[in-house]
Formats: sequence, structure tokens, C-alpha cells
Amino acid sequence: MSVRTHLQQLEAESIHIMREVAAECQRPVLLYSIGKDSSVLLRLAQKAFYPGPIPFPLLHIDTTYKFREMIDFRDKYTAEIGAKLIVHTNRAAINEGANPFAWGTQRCCGGLKTAALLEGLREGGYDAAIGGARRDEERSRAKERVFSFRDTRGQWDPRNQRPELWNIFNTRIHPGESLRVFPLSNWTEIDVWQYIYAENIPIVPLYFAKLRPMLVRGESLMPVEQPFVPRLPGEEPKMVMCRMRSLGCSPCTGAIYSDADTLPKIIEELVGMRRSERQNRVIDHDQDGSMEIKKQEGYF
Amino acid sequence: MATTLTPLADSAFTEFLARETSKGLLRFTTAGSVDDGKSTLIGRLLYDSRSVYEDQLESVTKASVGRNAGAIDFSLLTDGLRAEREQGITIDVAYRYFATPKRKFIIADTPGHEQYTRNMVTGASTAELAIVLVDARKGVLTQSRRHAYIAGLLGIERLVVAVNKMDLVGYDEATFQQIETDFLRILESFPQIQAYFVPVSALAGDNIVTRSTNMPWFQGQSLLEHLETVQVGTRAQDAPFRFPVQRVVRPNLDFRGYAGTVVSGRVSVGDRITILPSGRQTTIARIVTFDGDIRSAETGAAVTLTLAEEIDLSRGDMIVTSEHTAEKAHSLETTLVWLNEKPAQVGKRYRFKQASRMDWATLKQVQYRLNINTLAHEQEQTLEMNAIGNVVVETARATAFDPYQTNRATGSFILIDPATNATVAAGMILQAAVSESSHRLTEVTCHLNDGVLSIASQQGFDIKLAAEGLQVTDPEALDALRHFLERLRIQPFDADKTDWEI
Repeated sequence: MSVRTHLQQLEAESIHIMREVAAECQRPVLLYSIGKDSSVLLRLAQKAFYPGPIPFPLLHIDTTYKFREMIDFRDKYTAEIGAKLIVHTNRAAINEGANPFAWGTQRCCGGLKTAALLEGLREGGYDAAIGGARRDEERSRAKERVFSFRDTRGQWDPRNQRPELWNIFNTRIHPGESLRVFPLSNWTEIDVWQYIYAENIPIVPLYFAKLRPMLVRGESLMPVEQPFVPRLPGEEPKMVMCRMRSLGCSPCTGAIYSDADTLPKIIEELVGMRRSERQNRVIDHDQDGSMEIKKQEGYF
Repeated sequence: MATTLTPLADSAFTEFLARETSKGLLRFTTAGSVDDGKSTLIGRLLYDSRSVYEDQLESVTKASVGRNAGAIDFSLLTDGLRAEREQGITIDVAYRYFATPKRKFIIADTPGHEQYTRNMVTGASTAELAIVLVDARKGVLTQSRRHAYIAGLLGIERLVVAVNKMDLVGYDEATFQQIETDFLRILESFPQIQAYFVPVSALAGDNIVTRSTNMPWFQGQSLLEHLETVQVGTRAQDAPFRFPVQRVVRPNLDFRGYAGTVVSGRVSVGDRITILPSGRQTTIARIVTFDGDIRSAETGAAVTLTLAEEIDLSRGDMIVTSEHTAEKAHSLETTLVWLNEKPAQVGKRYRFKQASRMDWATLKQVQYRLNINTLAHEQEQTLEMNAIGNVVVETARATAFDPYQTNRATGSFILIDPATNATVAAGMILQAAVSESSHRLTEVTCHLNDGVLSIASQQGFDIKLAAEGLQVTDPEALDALRHFLERLRIQPFDADKTDWEI
């Protein structure tokens, strides 16, 4: 009797979750962040509904500060697989001059991500938003449900989450309430990479090492895509062999020194390197438990 | 042109990757009380298996200042939420992940205190193995029985009894053996569980990953070695084929398929199958996947089936092998674990979700409540939060099922409060209940007066319709009623007749 591999088991579990959403929720949407986890989500959605199309649209919350390569990839890839893409931006905040240096990372994320997400979900009348978050990403996510309940204000109350038993999911909500659904809950970063490798899933080229212009500040490598990124006196970008370990907004996503320009090299690097991937995401370092606070407010 | 730019493998690393991508998965749960060192044990597993990332470790070392712990407080690696960190107690199920070259592991980490029965049950529901911690200084306590019982109740096949804090009893062999003997006595009541005993010190790392030199008298595998090699999951694979239909896939007029997961057994093209609850039979025409059609699908595979004949089939129906179909009943004898602060209400209707099927169910009777510490049956009319009881549940439509102990996927269900939408209970089907209504029905009289139907029993049988009556003026409703009464073999039905007896 053959034993199914961990990737086969994780894949089947995620497909089951997506099908439950499609069957029981009124207006689901898939939150598409363009990152590698989103690429995996899309592939799983294709598999879940084959030979039919993906029965819900993709929603991208565009802060306008995403890397150009991300936006190019987004438009090309979603068109290629025939997915319906909706892009939402908090224009009001942008017009007020929101950027992480002028506003600080907390307020900037609050406006361009959290508020924009809630607004985008409200405008579309979505009752279930499928996201690519994993429980291994951050400590506060270890207790997150697969079907995470949000109140009428889109907020998360850690004490008011439903117990989840077996793989029987409770999708019942009242009008105005919503669900966030995380089909990749049980995946780890390495599982995601292994799956991308095994399935040959397209991802944004920023994940692969290449010579890129960076501001080098000690161990930090700062991309210089946005004109408002402040420079130290006399500071000039240098060409550095590097890659992104996770993708966010260019002013807040540091690169890492790396020459991993293939998937096997990325995985090899990952196995050897014991640094969790959110480390180069500036936003988590504001204060201990900051992700937990953002989640309570409605951030993914 | 395709966007696919993924560079292909070109190094010797490919071989390593092939091994990495083909390893198996073990889901286990851990139970222990606050002071058993459970968090330390898990922290140690994560740490020693090198899955603790350096920066997480740094943030933990920062947070430990001011708490009474050594250089690294492993328990802080696993305590998730801020409020809990402040209280120093875990109050919910937390999921952890680590991998070794042999297996990937998913841990459902649950607090073991009596008040947290619902968390233990939740954690155990997806686990194939449970680790129970016993403090070597304290020996086998009441809670050990509780943990073993919950593991057995939730259908866990494998138990690991980790006798912890061996360093505090001088690594004494006799202490370990005494605990093993005592625990085996408890396990006599749970013949379906296979147990493995291992003496450990989570704090010092003895027998966690490598075998301890402090206990040369112990010849068995270390905890991790056991977790890496223990065989699990055979119960579902060996069970008959079951496939709850999640969605009907109909992208165009030429294709009609049924999407779902093979929850037990296996299915091949050409297999004779039965659809439940209708009982209609046909054969499997195709097994469709995104990666192409396959000849057969095993337990755990998420696929889309097509059938040789067009049969009316919808979400919630179950496709099963005709060689061994599932049982079918309205009235179910179940074990319920109550999860909600609002106690169970006999007579109340709850939403009932079993596999992919949503129905209504009424709690008919609490037969007894189980004392989780003594395992005694107590007479009770209700179940409070964290209580476990034997309850008769009646579903509105017939439920196709297997007893939970033979099939976890088709024997389990949840109850949802229709007002709050909270998940209020976890249920495990024991068997079809002796249908009281069927023999009582012979005592029932029905009266139809001016379109009002009353169903009453001379024995005071509590069909609600008896008290409320049922207004039937709509001709369609009357027709439905005629159908219903015919199914109960109440003959002849005649709307003009105003009074008849069964």
C-alpha cells in the first residue's frame, strides 16, 4: 500500500477547503497578493475546480508601492490562467500622501492595507476571503482557525473563534459578518517551495537572485524603486547579488544576500538558513506581538 | 507565451529534493497539565530538530527576561497569544510544524486541564497519534486516564506515554517501570490503543531526539525516532470506499462530475458504487484531476468522479462501494462533546454538519453524562461545556454513516447553534439508535379536522405537532403530507376523511 506524501496530503486538504468555500459561501473572493503563497493558492484553486473555472474572483489590494515586477507578473499570469482579477487601492490615503516614511509603517499599513482590504471586501460584498496565510509564519498565527470568523467590522476576536474539529468546517455567518479562509494553514515555508518546485508553478522573478541596485545599510539591503526612500548623505545604490525572500511593498521589503537563482538553490538556501521569512518584513518589528494587534484590527 | 520562467533543477541537490518532496506526514497531539513540561517538550522537539529559526529564538530570549526560567525558556516558543504569554498558560489549540529528513510533523498542542476537554478533543480530532506526558515524580494521575480516554474516544490508534522529568528522579529505572505498569492498567479499558513508553527529560533533552546516555537501561527508540517511524493511517485505508460529494461540477453540458475527497478505502474506474441516501447504483466512469485522468484514487485524494449513468446527485450525498455500503438512519446514538458555554438543550434543533452534508438535528435524549475522571455514567438531562455524554440525536433526513470507531470521516459531525452560528458540539456516531418513534407510531392517532392535523399518542408521546397542530390549507402541502403519511404506511390517506387510526 503506497503512502501519500506530505505534499499530496497538504494539497488535498487545501483543495477540500477551497471546495467547501465555493459550496457553502455566498460570495467568496481569493485575496491575491502576487507572492509565492498566492501562486500556490491559485494552482490549488485551478486543481480544486477543474475542469471548471475558478468560481470566484481574485482581489488584489494594491498599495501602489508594490514592485513593478510584481504588477507585471500579476497582470500577465492572471490573464494567462483566465482568472478574474479585481484591483483595489485606498485612493483617499494615497491622495493624502500615505507612504511609510511620511506616515510611519504602522499608519501606512493601516491605511493602504488594512483599511483598503476592509473597503475592498465591503465594496464587493464578499462574505468569505481566501488568503494564503500560514500558521508557521508568525507566533500569533499558530492558533488561527482555517475558517477564521470576523465580526461586522471585519475584526478578529481571539476569544470568539469557533472550535474546528476534523475537517468539518462551520461556514455559517450572519449578514455583515465574514470569514477569512486559510487553505495553506498547515503548510510551512519549505512546503510551499517544495510544492512550487514539484509543480513547476510560476512565481515573480524577484524571488530569484540577480544583481539589483540596493542601498546597503549594514546587513540590510533596501530596494530603491520609490523616489521617496530617504538616502543618507552621499549614499548611492550599489549592484548587489540578492533576492527577495518575501514580497511586500518595495520601501518595506528588504532583500537578502543570495546567489540562489534556481528553485533547488532557494530550497537549499532555506534548509541551511535558519531565519524566518518575515524577518525582512519591517512591519512585524514595531512591538512584541504586533502582528496579533494588526490582526485584531482586521489586517490579514 | 507562458509566464513560466521557473528555472529547472541542475544540481546534485535534486536528489535531496526528490527525497524531501516524497516524505510522509504525521499529525499528532500532545496532552499534559500545566506543570508536566509539555510546552518544554514541544519546544525541545522544535529546537532540536533545528526548525527553530534564529530570529524567533532571539525574540523569545528577549521576552523571557523577568520570568523564572533558565537560559532558553522552550515553553515560550509555543505559547502563542500575548494574553496567554502574560498569564503563562495556553488556553487554545496551537498548531506547530517541524520536519526531519524522514517525516513532516503537525502538532496540535493542547492544554490538558479538565476545563479544556474541548481543546483536547479538537486537537485529537485530526491527530493520528497522541503524546501523553506523565511527571515521573508524580506518577500516573487521574488526568492520565482522562487523556487516554479522550485519545480512544477520538479514534487515535497510537499513544506515546512520555515519562518526563526523569532527571529529577535520578534517571531511576524502577520509577519508570512502575509508571508503565500503572498506565498499562488504565489502557486495559482501551484495547484499540497501541502504546509506546519512553522515559525522557524535556529540559535536559534525554531521549527526545537521541538516546540518552543517562538511562543506559532503556533500550527503546527515542521519542523522535518513534515519531519518525511509527505506522499510522491504515484504518482509513483499509476501510470500505467512501466519498462525500462536495460539489457537482458542471462546466458545460458534456461534463457532469462530483468533486470530493476519498475519505476511506480506494476507488477505481469501473467500480460498482452506491449513492446514499438514495441507494441507486452505477459504476465509476472516470476519475478526473487537473493533472489528467487516473485509474484509481486512494484514501486522502481530492478528485472528481464521473458516473456511467446520469443519476440525480447533489452536495451532501455519499458515494460508497456497493460491496460494503454505509448504514442509514434518522435516529443516531452518539457521543457528544459539548463545546459551548450555553448547555445542550434537549428538544432543541441544531444544524448538523457531517462530512459535506448540512441537515437539522434534534437532541432527543441525554442517556448519560460521562465523568471524565472516573469514567462513571451519571444521570443528567443536559451537558455543560466540556462535558461528554451519550446522546440520541435525530436528523431531519436520513443520515448515511459508519460508526466513528470504524470510520472517522463518515462517523463524525458537528452541531451548530442556528441563532449564534457557534459550533456547539462535536459528535461521534456510535450506531443507529433503536428507533423509538417507529414502535411508538403504532400507538399514534392522527386527526384531521378542517385541514388541521393533530398527531397524538395515548401514551403521552411528545410529538410537537400534537400540541401545536398543523395548518394544512395549501394543496401542495397537503400533497406533501399525503406522501409523508404514506411513507409511514398510514393507509389510506383521504383528505375528506376526518379521523383515522394507525
